[in-house]
Amino acid sequence: MYGSLRHEIRIHRSAADVWALAGDATKLHTWFPGIVDCTVDGNMRVITMGTGLPMPEEILLIDQTQRRFQYRITAPMFVHHRGTIDVIELADDECLVVYSTEADPRTMALVIAGGTAGALAELKRQMEAPALAVEGAN
Amino acid sequence: MGRKILFITTDQQRYDTLGCNGGTIARTPVMDGVAAAGVRYERAHPQSVVCMPSRSTMLTGQHVSTHGVWMNGVPLPEDAPSVAEVLQDAGYRTAIIGKPHFEPFLDPFARFPENGFARNGNFGPHRGFEHFESATHGAAGPLHYARWLSSTHPEAVGMFYPVLDGSLEVNAMGGGDTGAPQAWVNNIPKDWYHTDWVADRTISWLDSLGADDDWFCWMSFPDPHHPWDPPASEVGRIDWRDVPLVEGYIEDKAERERVIDAKPRHYRAWYDGTLVSNYEAPAKWAPATLTPDQLREVTALNAVECELIDEAIGRVLAAVAQRGWDDDVDIVFTTDHGELGGDFGLLFKGPYHVDGLMRLPLIWRPAPSSSATPSTVTRPVGLVDLAPTFCAIAGLPVPAWMEGKPLPVDDGDADARGFERVLTEWDSDLFGVSVHLRTITREGWVCTTYQPGTAHDGTEGELYDLANDPLQRENRWDDPALAAIRSDLVADLWDHQPPMKSPLPAVQAPV
Repeated sequence: MYGSLRHEIRIHRSAADVWALAGDATKLHTWFPGIVDCTVDGNMRVITMGTGLPMPEEILLIDQTQRRFQYRITAPMFVHHRGTIDVIELADDECLVVYSTEADPRTMALVIAGGTAGALAELKRQMEAPALAVEGAN
Repeated sequence: MGRKILFITTDQQRYDTLGCNGGTIARTPVMDGVAAAGVRYERAHPQSVVCMPSRSTMLTGQHVSTHGVWMNGVPLPEDAPSVAEVLQDAGYRTAIIGKPHFEPFLDPFARFPENGFARNGNFGPHRGFEHFESATHGAAGPLHYARWLSSTHPEAVGMFYPVLDGSLEVNAMGGGDTGAPQAWVNNIPKDWYHTDWVADRTISWLDSLGADDDWFCWMSFPDPHHPWDPPASEVGRIDWRDVPLVEGYIEDKAERERVIDAKPRHYRAWYDGTLVSNYEAPAKWAPATLTPDQLREVTALNAVECELIDEAIGRVLAAVAQRGWDDDVDIVFTTDHGELGGDFGLLFKGPYHVDGLMRLPLIWRPAPSSSATPSTVTRPVGLVDLAPTFCAIAGLPVPAWMEGKPLPVDDGDADARGFERVLTEWDSDLFGVSVHLRTITREGWVCTTYQPGTAHDGTEGELYDLANDPLQRENRWDDPALAAIRSDLVADLWDHQPPMKSPLPAVQAPV
């Protein structure tokens, strides 16, 4: 069965700054609680979850103009998965980050989306922390 | 040296599964004896009919809307108040052994501390429990029982019923003799089964304490929650072919469906398998397919699990007595919620605020040294009253953040201290289906009002006369003769229902 869930958060930081971190495929583990490592080789990424379980992914899209990142988990237990991170500018110093999860089985949509909610909260915490230096930020 | 507290919970146990409550299938002499020496409650209700919200109420002494664990999958915040912490601060040694479930089980990101203790080889502390040793319904997952079984008896790990199917839904697979959902032949030796493990580990922890220690031990059995897979060696205790159908099951199909159709529409939709509102019941099984023999087998297996729990409690009580503590130990026994158990042809649980799920076994045997008089309480009480009761037993003031009151010791005490009503709430929002119920039980009536959701427009409700319709077959919500009673109950409900925590905590996993 198919499930689709979405979480979003407003961040008081420019969309460009937030995208510099959220759109960097190699840095997911720095703001996604429960992911302890990630390695990228071309368009393939392997994340390691807190349980030690590796999860292979294919990076589908990194659109610097729309500030959209899309990927899919390629582990056999997934009939379908697509994760989408959108960073949407609201003002010069404010943006909306939307993290969408589609999955079959739908239970995994709920499990992953639970993680993404925590990830967005952590992203906001890091981005709104004073004197934050973001590598690659504009 | 003060009074010690043995808090015993089971998971998803019906009121009528104990002999002292009129049960005739499972033999429960240990708890019947405890009840005879203590206070037996005839109208104890949970504040939620699923695990995580209900267990959070037991720990915090708060209604669901206040602690905010509004459905399974919402973790209780780590800094939530805890009666265990109150007792620990007062010098009590504290432990929880068995099923905790204050945080989601399905946790591949390893974000929740409950799931990390066994993985990291430790036992807490957590939430005021200095010792935190966990188990759930089978041998899968990260909890202590699963780790113990896989390391000491790996051949037994695959013997349990697979709780989830290949698509990670609650399994609908049938088994046993009749193909009943979640019935299963489990060849695990009884000594390795989680019921005995919970008792063994409890005895071990108690053995580690000093003779003069005061202690609070929450012994939390995962059974008789489905799957119904007790050790095969024990199944012969009760031949399902001899088991009568439960009183709440209506054999005549037309009459059964007439009764269901008089209830809010999600009852019939789930019965037919067209709407699954919650994760806890198998999504690929329709209650309409349940046969009388399947129900007999489920009832028998459930009763076997209740007997095993009763015997395990007996072993723990013997160990307590051997330490010379018996006169100073309060025993409190209950469960987190009930089981539909065939009522109206339904099994498992969900947004159905009827006695199968709401009427709980609750027994309190005060420490014999307190010279309490055995009694029966008929007035409504709730699991929200447990944490304040533990404080009272320990001689501590009830913290202001607790919303219940120490349990009454008889009806006179209940009347004097205003035990008039008990509230139960349900909220779920899962895969595009949302259901919201608020229920009050007062003066012999159970009244449920529905808030707007995907299955209801907010005008629906249920009203049952417990004295004249104890099986809740006639929904009298729309009976004009009862309009004033209904209106009064609904007004009283909203006068006492705490507001939902804001912002609403996020669902972080299915369960």
